Amino acid sequence: MASAVSDVSITETKMAETEKKKVIKPLKNFPMEEYINSGHRACQGCAEVLAVRHVLKAIGPDVVMAMATGCMEIISSPYPYTSWTVPWIHIAFENAAAVASGIEAGLKALKRKKRIPDKEITILAMGGDGGTTDIGFQALSGMMERGHKIIYVCVDNEAYMNTGIQRSSSTPFGATTTTSPAGRVAPAGQMTWKKDMVAIAAAHGIPYTATACPTFYNDLQKKILKAKEVDGPSYIHILSVCPTGWRVPLHKAIEYGQLAVDTGVFPLYEVENGVWKLNRKPKELKPVVEYFKGQGRYRHLDDTLTAEIQDKITARWNRLVKMCEADKED
Amino acid sequence: MGQKVGIEVSIAAADAVGLCDVDVVAAYPITPQTHVVEHLAELCASGHLDAEFVPVESEHSAMSVCCGSAAAGARTFTATSAQGLALMAEIVYIASSMRLPMVMFLANRALSAPLSIWNDHSDTMMVRDCGWVQVFCQNGQEVYDSIFHAFKVSEDKRVSLPVMINVDGFALTHVIEPIEFWTKEMVKQYLPPFQPIHTLHPDKVVTMGAFGMPEIYTEAKKALDVALWNSGPVVVEAWNEMAKLTGRQYLPVEKYRTEEAETLILAMGSICETASLAVDEMRESGRKIGMINLRLWRPLPTEELIKALAGARDVIVLDRALTPGGANSPLTSEIRTLMYAEPNRPNIYCMVAGLGGRDVTPNDIKVMVDTALADKHTGHYIYGVRG
Amino acid sequence: MTKPMDQILWQEIEPGGVITEPGNASCYHTGAWRSQKPKYDPDTCIKCWRCYIMCPDCAISPDYENNVFVWNFNYCKGCGICAYECPANAIVMEED
Repeated sequence: MASAVSDVSITETKMAETEKKKVIKPLKNFPMEEYINSGHRACQGCAEVLAVRHVLKAIGPDVVMAMATGCMEIISSPYPYTSWTVPWIHIAFENAAAVASGIEAGLKALKRKKRIPDKEITILAMGGDGGTTDIGFQALSGMMERGHKIIYVCVDNEAYMNTGIQRSSSTPFGATTTTSPAGRVAPAGQMTWKKDMVAIAAAHGIPYTATACPTFYNDLQKKILKAKEVDGPSYIHILSVCPTGWRVPLHKAIEYGQLAVDTGVFPLYEVENGVWKLNRKPKELKPVVEYFKGQGRYRHLDDTLTAEIQDKITARWNRLVKMCEADKED
Repeated sequence: MGQKVGIEVSIAAADAVGLCDVDVVAAYPITPQTHVVEHLAELCASGHLDAEFVPVESEHSAMSVCCGSAAAGARTFTATSAQGLALMAEIVYIASSMRLPMVMFLANRALSAPLSIWNDHSDTMMVRDCGWVQVFCQNGQEVYDSIFHAFKVSEDKRVSLPVMINVDGFALTHVIEPIEFWTKEMVKQYLPPFQPIHTLHPDKVVTMGAFGMPEIYTEAKKALDVALWNSGPVVVEAWNEMAKLTGRQYLPVEKYRTEEAETLILAMGSICETASLAVDEMRESGRKIGMINLRLWRPLPTEELIKALAGARDVIVLDRALTPGGANSPLTSEIRTLMYAEPNRPNIYCMVAGLGGRDVTPNDIKVMVDTALADKHTGHYIYGVRG
Repeated sequence: MTKPMDQILWQEIEPGGVITEPGNASCYHTGAWRSQKPKYDPDTCIKCWRCYIMCPDCAISPDYENNVFVWNFNYCKGCGICAYECPANAIVMEED
């Protein structure tokens, strides 16, 4: 249930309260168990593994997880070691959604035939942006269309980081990667716009889809819990700041998540049974340059390109706000 | 004993899968396999079979669904052919290395290009080294019986490997043959419930599909190699058990009129029936010729094969796949490698025939035998090619 | 305890390479990667949990008895998120 997660965000009032007492009080309704153990080999300051941590905290132990090849797979499972304390399987790069479909179908049949106890088990599929928006796109579409009860989480760090920072269809316009370098012919680096996965997921008519970011861990966990409750497929697209690939300082992943949301570059919203809803609406968007500042992948952008991106981001934001408001009125 | 009915082989195979009370079927249409999954869809829709029918969006996902389903501990089946197998090939290799039991019906068909929906063995030879147990069928009854056998072998804890049943497209899949059906009681007696070694379930947490550093990859592959070799005796044991139940005895290497044979034809699949007719005719004209039907392709029954071939003067291998630019075609290469160290090894000739559905008659086989014996070629010989 | 990978014989590999010991990668100490180390001042700390929540390596945990947060330096990679995100400036990064 969405209400099961309490609001533990740090508001100024709360800070003042705690400051007086300065006593550690247990976090309310915030799961303390870890399902991806320390000892994983994610880069320093990785917000993707942080996202995974919060996704699993929200779901709890009764889960079976299918993961695509990628950063999260490679950092967690060098045989004979595993960082996972939940059932976990990796088969290949492009098929996490299909493998999860098989798990869901198998467990469903076995439960129906009374071969295993009738225990509620969440099926979680997970892939990076390459494994989801590019090579795993078809399998994901099939999973959503067939209506499997699976939460698909895309942990999006906006390039193929595991293979050394190559562009994907989720790399934003203007970002440089090793296969979208900026040059005279391609001044922006990546010359295409980020694929709109949530709109694509929503177009499948699935009951729930949303964006999230570990900076807003509370919102993220709420969304996972919502996804867990719906009867059918759900798709959660999580922006996961990658200090290594974005060329930002190791300690800034949380801050860049905040800026991505506050500039409208990565709005937090959800589509529940066809109804679009903004989850965070800043009074005024910050300019995108504030988000670009300090990111090595955007260092080459000149004023013209920045203005072009700003226009597009503003237009997209306005369209999203309009859609959400129209749905609110309905 | 079950009743004998005239039925299309694909439909009979699907019925057998139903009798095995399969839990998950991943289905994607491709000619000439489609009748199998169509019939399974009917069985599920009508409630005759309590299974999850997953109509996937590609063969790649079909094999991926099968991996997930088998890992969850469900009895799992899929069927495919040619391009479908090519698309899923990546995952075919993973299924065996991860020791995931499942059964795949492969309607053997030529690989593109040019596109051909007709029969040969180029598809299965593409995944020759995939680590699955691979059997070939000569007739409809064998196909039907193979389904029960395949599940039994695949799910046996001593094996725990996927099994591929090779069925010649159209030549077998689409023909109507008299087939003796099994009863539910027979299946119950023959096929125990699936009890996997490990499953994905929160009650007992495991990690499946970890990656292998250079320090461990070789050991992982050795383990698979040994597992596949060790499946051989279980394959035979399961055939022997079936013989007690049905009276039909299958062997990994089947001999036909090989007594005092100087020349042997070696082949796999439905072409063996044609070859046996050719052998009959040649025997009638006094020639010392026989035939070897290699039923078990992986693991290769090496001892039985050596024993069957060692006495002959000439062996003519009917290869239904081509290895362009290679030393020889796949089946011939295998047989030559196997016989190389034998002191009394026969001459081994390769005849590539029946590519892309080209008809092979008993007379063609007689001509191939004569050509090989006269020509004594060392490389592959493509029979019947114009120009 | 799991053997190191370069000592495992092929016979010792669980069928299919299944790992039956959940979370056993915790024997790998990523703390060795660290070049900077967080220094924590419990008196300045406002006990808001943010460091715990934002740690990608699950290296921070509460010690209720002593009313402090503790770092597990076997795992802390020294990324500095905890220090940067601390609203009370109770954590500073120092050379390790």
